[in-house]
Amino acid sequence: MLKVKGIETFYGKIQALKGVSLEVEQGQVVTLLGANGAGKSTTMKTISGLLKPKHGTVEFLGENITGLRPDQLLRKGIALVPEGRAILSTMTVMENLEMGAYHRSDKNIKKDIEEVMEQFPILKERSEQLGGTLSGGQQQMLAIARALLSKPKLLLLDEPSMGLAPLIVADIFKMIREIKAAGTTVLLVEQNAKQALKVADYGYVMETGKVIINGEAKDLLEDARIVEAYLGKKSS
Amino acid sequence: MLLEQLINGLTLGSIYAIVALGFTLVFGVLGIINMAHGEIFMIGAFIGVLVTSVLGLPLWIAFIAAIAVTALLGYMLERIALRPLRGKQGVSHLAPLISTIGVSILLENLSHHIFGAGNHPFRNSFAEIQIQIGSITIYIVQILIFVISIALMLILSYWLSKTKAGKALRATAENLETASLLGVNTKRTITTTVIIASALGGIAGILVGMAFNSVNPQMGLSMGLKGLAIIILGGMGNVKGAMAGGLLLGVAETMIVAYGDSGYRDAVAFITIIFVLLLRPQGLFGKNTSEAGR
Ligand SMILES: Nc1ncnc2c1ncn2[C@@H]1O[C@H](COP(=O)(O)OP(=O)(O)OP(=O)(O)O)[C@@H](O)[C@H]1O
Ligand SMILES: [Mg+2]
Repeated sequence: MLKVKGIETFYGKIQALKGVSLEVEQGQVVTLLGANGAGKSTTMKTISGLLKPKHGTVEFLGENITGLRPDQLLRKGIALVPEGRAILSTMTVMENLEMGAYHRSDKNIKKDIEEVMEQFPILKERSEQLGGTLSGGQQQMLAIARALLSKPKLLLLDEPSMGLAPLIVADIFKMIREIKAAGTTVLLVEQNAKQALKVADYGYVMETGKVIINGEAKDLLEDARIVEAYLGKKSS
Repeated sequence: MLLEQLINGLTLGSIYAIVALGFTLVFGVLGIINMAHGEIFMIGAFIGVLVTSVLGLPLWIAFIAAIAVTALLGYMLERIALRPLRGKQGVSHLAPLISTIGVSILLENLSHHIFGAGNHPFRNSFAEIQIQIGSITIYIVQILIFVISIALMLILSYWLSKTKAGKALRATAENLETASLLGVNTKRTITTTVIIASALGGIAGILVGMAFNSVNPQMGLSMGLKGLAIIILGGMGNVKGAMAGGLLLGVAETMIVAYGDSGYRDAVAFITIIFVLLLRPQGLFGKNTSEAGR
């Protein structure tokens, strides 16, 4: 579904990605792991069109989409929930959800928003409240719900569990399972490697702008290098 | 007497509010002060002079012509003076500001050249019609100006809060990246915003022509500075603040002229700003957190 081939992305003169390649198959959850500063967010921003790669290509459903703008890519079915959630804090929860369906013109928008609110009662309760007044966990729910309202084929999630309490993190991972079950493909960036590999079918590990390990998620869970670097907190 | 002055003040203030709305919309989405806004307003006023006094056509045609010309100016401002500077590496964040100053000088000189210096009368058939209610005299023109301004504010508020395009504008103003991730073509939204803001300036130009019967190439500068004062007063990028700030300044100025010293008229705006900035640096309606941080 998504084929990223050798992308190199720069911030000015600083090269953040040094030839990243990865693939996401339809219907899968693929996770992208790596230490802070490895280039995970840069990869996500490049796929979603916020950054343009200097070299390399991104293909989506067999079409070369390199260099398209985020709004064009959303219309093709790629939605990003960025790191830090990016809630519109001066707009109400309801308006945030409506913006999720911004590019749609079908008649089901109202119904879909209703459904989302049934699914997340807290959003219904707070629908007239400003987005910025929600708690971190609620904002993350809103950000994901908003992205789903665009009816994406591929959902990019950048560290959805960042800064959330363990109970909420469990909720988020449950949501990701539900999203997968509903047939949406997910590319998930996570610090929480263990949980991410448990929901994922396939995984990539990045280090300083490159993919250094990739494989089936269940194999990666056992992989000595990963256990040591990302899962090895058993002693503490 | 007081009531009469209040009506005068609100009339003037509602025009200020329209000018300030143009400033605040552009500031909201682009984070810059459009220093050419006052001159676009002035061009709108001259279009009014041209249509009514020179060509002798009715006032409504003047409105349409001014809206068309200033909207086009807004479009050109964005395409020629602003967009080429946006997102370029090595371009100072002050560059667009300077660029709008350049446009403002160009427009002022252009109108100087075409229309000549000095005041131009703005004739319209009902400028002198007045109604007498008890001891109060009200000019029809004042009512018309007030009604048009309030209607514009209501339409704009409705558009911003209820329509899809209005919400896209607000999303773009809050965060350009987020808006584009949600499917908003932010380039188009910015262009639309500059066009709407400029057309508001053009309408205000005609309203001022109607109110004061005189138009000159320098009027853009003082109106521009007042518009700037109002958005600082009301909170940068804040729509309600622009409206309230405009009305407030109009009334304050009128009262100073009526009951104080008319020489201080133009100082009112700036004295008010100094006080507001000392007491409430974010402006009357501004939020504590810096929205202008972009
Ligand atoms: N706006 C920027 N300007 C300059 N350099 C940047 C910018 N954003 C990121 N970088 C650099 O690019 C590299 C990759 O950053 P990126 O944000 O992609 O990492 P990440 O894997 O998402 O890290 P984290 O887990 O902390 O979110 C880092 O070295 C970072 O310092
Ligand atoms: Mg990151």
